[in-house]
Amino acid sequence: MITRGKRRKEALKTMGRTLAEKVWEQHVVRRAEGEPDLLFIDLHLIHEVTSPQAFDGLRLADRKVRRPDLTIATEDHNVPTVLGPISDPVSRAQVETLRKNAAEFGLRLHPMGDAGQGVVHIIGPQFGLTQPGMTIVCGDSHTSTHGAFGGIAFGIGTSEVEHVLATQTLPAYRPKTMAIEVSGALPYGVTAKDLILAIIAKIGTGGGQGYIVEYRGEAIRNLSMEGRMTVCNMSIEAGARAGMIAPDETTFAYLKGRPHAPEGPAWDEAVAYWRTLRTDEDAVFDQVVEIDASTLTPFVTWGTNPGQGAPLAASVPAPEEFADPVERSAAERALEYMGLTAGTPLRDVEVDTVFVGSCTNGRLEDLRAAADILRGRTVKTRTLIVPGSMLVKLEAEREGLDEVFRAAGAEWREAGCSMCLGMNPDTLAPGERSASTSNRNFEGRQGKGGRTHLVSPQVAAATAVTGKLTAPADL
Amino acid sequence: MEAFTTHTGTAVPLRRSNVDTDQIIPAVWLKQVSRTGFEKGLFAAWREDPAFVLNNPVYQGASVLLAGPDFGTGSSREHAVWALQQYGFRVVIAARFGDIFRNNSTKMGLLPVVLDAKVVEELQAAAEADPTAEITVDLVERQVRLGESAWSFEIDDYTRWRLLEGLDDIGLTLRHADDIATYENGRQPWLPTTV
Repeated sequence: MITRGKRRKEALKTMGRTLAEKVWEQHVVRRAEGEPDLLFIDLHLIHEVTSPQAFDGLRLADRKVRRPDLTIATEDHNVPTVLGPISDPVSRAQVETLRKNAAEFGLRLHPMGDAGQGVVHIIGPQFGLTQPGMTIVCGDSHTSTHGAFGGIAFGIGTSEVEHVLATQTLPAYRPKTMAIEVSGALPYGVTAKDLILAIIAKIGTGGGQGYIVEYRGEAIRNLSMEGRMTVCNMSIEAGARAGMIAPDETTFAYLKGRPHAPEGPAWDEAVAYWRTLRTDEDAVFDQVVEIDASTLTPFVTWGTNPGQGAPLAASVPAPEEFADPVERSAAERALEYMGLTAGTPLRDVEVDTVFVGSCTNGRLEDLRAAADILRGRTVKTRTLIVPGSMLVKLEAEREGLDEVFRAAGAEWREAGCSMCLGMNPDTLAPGERSASTSNRNFEGRQGKGGRTHLVSPQVAAATAVTGKLTAPADL
Repeated sequence: MEAFTTHTGTAVPLRRSNVDTDQIIPAVWLKQVSRTGFEKGLFAAWREDPAFVLNNPVYQGASVLLAGPDFGTGSSREHAVWALQQYGFRVVIAARFGDIFRNNSTKMGLLPVVLDAKVVEELQAAAEADPTAEITVDLVERQVRLGESAWSFEIDDYTRWRLLEGLDDIGLTLRHADDIATYENGRQPWLPTTV
């Protein structure tokens, strides 16, 4: 390890650097031989679930929050998506604990009902707090979302939350770098979600372990910021703590005019710096994965981890198809849990509930895509449409999307994490099957005994119409 | 953090790959605001099955978990580490770990040991053949031992030192408060604040 690091350091003097290396180097507070780098953290996002024990730790040691001005809190995981107070007393106590902690330590909090409230990874970008070249952390693995702007963003545990609160830094070893080169153009009707599900199926849930992934290539360049966030969001499902995309005109256009984006001369100065945030031509990644976007079709998962996915046009695979014995036994177990038989066309799989929302697919563009399919149609399944934030909700209502959803028979809800992980009342019953735009199909993720198929917003909406896994083109 | 030098104990074979942290501790357990009581939630859904390995009385009191590859993937919830520790585990041995879980473990003094998948299977088979067999995990020597056999594992010097001493990261970082202040003074002025 040490030899490799030394060789690397020598090489770095002459070679170009990757985007990840540039952003990392920019944030090193302290570097010492044989120790992890001490990294400065530009933005710390807080929510109610992974923070209470961290604040307790601060109190026990009589420590303060070093930079309340680089910290922001919201309530998302536990909040109900119907109007009214939190009925579960344990959930309520957790939310109240966050309010008490935010008040005691002087942190900005967006509580339930506040116009700025929403899923933690939706509100950062929406406020313009997520900017290129930043380091961003949160006690939540989907923090990788923010890498879509060209920063290093990753999930941390509660001990590290406490560390960042107290010091605004984290000790960390720089991960290796991986390029995922996505050439060609995504065919019509194939989305960022299909792309990332296909990537995870290709490299596996452990494929990105130890790496920061940079998504590159024509198909990535052509994605909107919303699509880029969807891709980076699920980096962790491939094992990578962070995923990132070099900032470009799409990024700058998204940021300009947002409440926390720089203004006037500061904007020009910032953009000039952001333009340097790209991997140099002669930089070398530790690993390169290549994918041709033009060959992709709508993708869904059939199993109990996000790597167990297949094109919607395919059938449920047979465990014997997997050469690796570990993968084979995982597939056997997954089919049993999911109540699926090998060889069944995925299009024949009947679904009880459709969920559109989450930090993966709860943004305005996702809701528009679902509404375009549901307009003038009627849903056959219980269908929950949950905007990622109060602002997304407001914007969707301004466009009349809520009317489209209601007219189709879907439920239009308040903002929150909702059925992505079922910490609020939005859950699956045992044995119930969902098509979900969220990020995890783990056993029991959406409710004990619930069965989850991960899909794009477009496939979710089409599935709601037919009651079976369906691509929009099949309607 | 609890210091870790050497630990000897019996082991539980968990022959499953891709054990995500939602399985280690389901989300409903995450609503607690305290740091204790998570042992009851460990593998809560799986423990409802009487045939689940942790329900086998021969493995009662085991303190080493022998897991399949990709243990601790998914959610960043440190509660997964707390649940394992509070149940009585001091070590998890697997061929691969989720990055965040492994990181969280080393912050708390639960030792994640990476060994080759074949070796993990060998240890699992040994624990199945003789549940009273004791495994020694020696962080000083970076070695796992069972009977006459021994396997080396890798862990970086810094993490090993922190674990051996049971050191608190925050205390270590605060020794460099001046470096942090210097860095803060040099940050670009356009960077956003939340106020």
